[in-house]
Amino acid sequence: MHKIFLLLLTLAISVCNAQSVPGNSELDLRMMRIAGELRCLVCQNQTLADSNAELAIDLRKQLREKLASGMSDQEVIDFMVQRYGDFVLYKPRLQPSTWLLWFGPFLILIGGLIFLVFRIRRLQNEDRS
Amino acid sequence: MNRFLIPFALFIFLLIMLGLGLRLNPHEVPSPLIGKPAPGFQLSQLQAPDKFITPQELKGQVWLLNVWASWCVSCRLEHAALMDLASQHRVTMIGLNYKDTRLNGINALRELGNPYQVSGFDENGRVGVDFGVYGVPETFVIDKTGVIRYKQIGPLTAEVITEKLLPLIKELNRA
Repeated sequence: MHKIFLLLLTLAISVCNAQSVPGNSELDLRMMRIAGELRCLVCQNQTLADSNAELAIDLRKQLREKLASGMSDQEVIDFMVQRYGDFVLYKPRLQPSTWLLWFGPFLILIGGLIFLVFRIRRLQNEDRS
Repeated sequence: MNRFLIPFALFIFLLIMLGLGLRLNPHEVPSPLIGKPAPGFQLSQLQAPDKFITPQELKGQVWLLNVWASWCVSCRLEHAALMDLASQHRVTMIGLNYKDTRLNGINALRELGNPYQVSGFDENGRVGVDFGVYGVPETFVIDKTGVIRYKQIGPLTAEVITEKLLPLIKELNRA
């Protein structure tokens, strides 16, 4: 009895999953890889691939169609950026407005090193005198 | 005393930055479409399925595109403000009935009143995506040459209408 119940349960679960997980064709994998780099505008801390918001489902469908019609990955990403802005990119592009974002940490590192060098030199001078 | 001055200044700086961060609304994503021509579309009219609406017909006038749906609760919130705007000012207001069914859309307008000259019926949300819509209601102000000049994300209030929309429409009408 228990075994039958378990069997039914696993069947039910796999049916539920089958509806939300796209197929495994090369096209679907490509679409999901791109969607994994894009932000869902509705639930902003999820990727387009993870989100179950209706807009995300629609957009995944459209991305898949665009890929099927022969657009390159970059063209599909550009399509999204044209409509929703740079904000949809989880990996920000390297452009003047993002220089601080990309290089800021290195600036802080260099600043820290310079501070450290001066600090150590001063301590050494104090020791000598 | 002096040795605490720099950390204290840094701390205050951090507080100010965090305070500013708290005031930002991450749900208001600046639209890349502002200053660009409105995307073209041809949609069946909500109340007259055999007639169509395209932005080309509206060239030469300033118009509003209001994205709405019968299932959208915030749209009901802004509806009274839209009705006031339509009755008290000469503004061309076009609706974009987004991801709705024809019956529900028509019934909603019948129940609440229709502030639009005409509504386009965007059943699958394709036109919405072209306009970068992600949270209904949204409102676009489009100038005489068909360029998007302003986007309101979320419900319009009487305040936004008098302080932002009307002055902008007046200015665009003069151009």
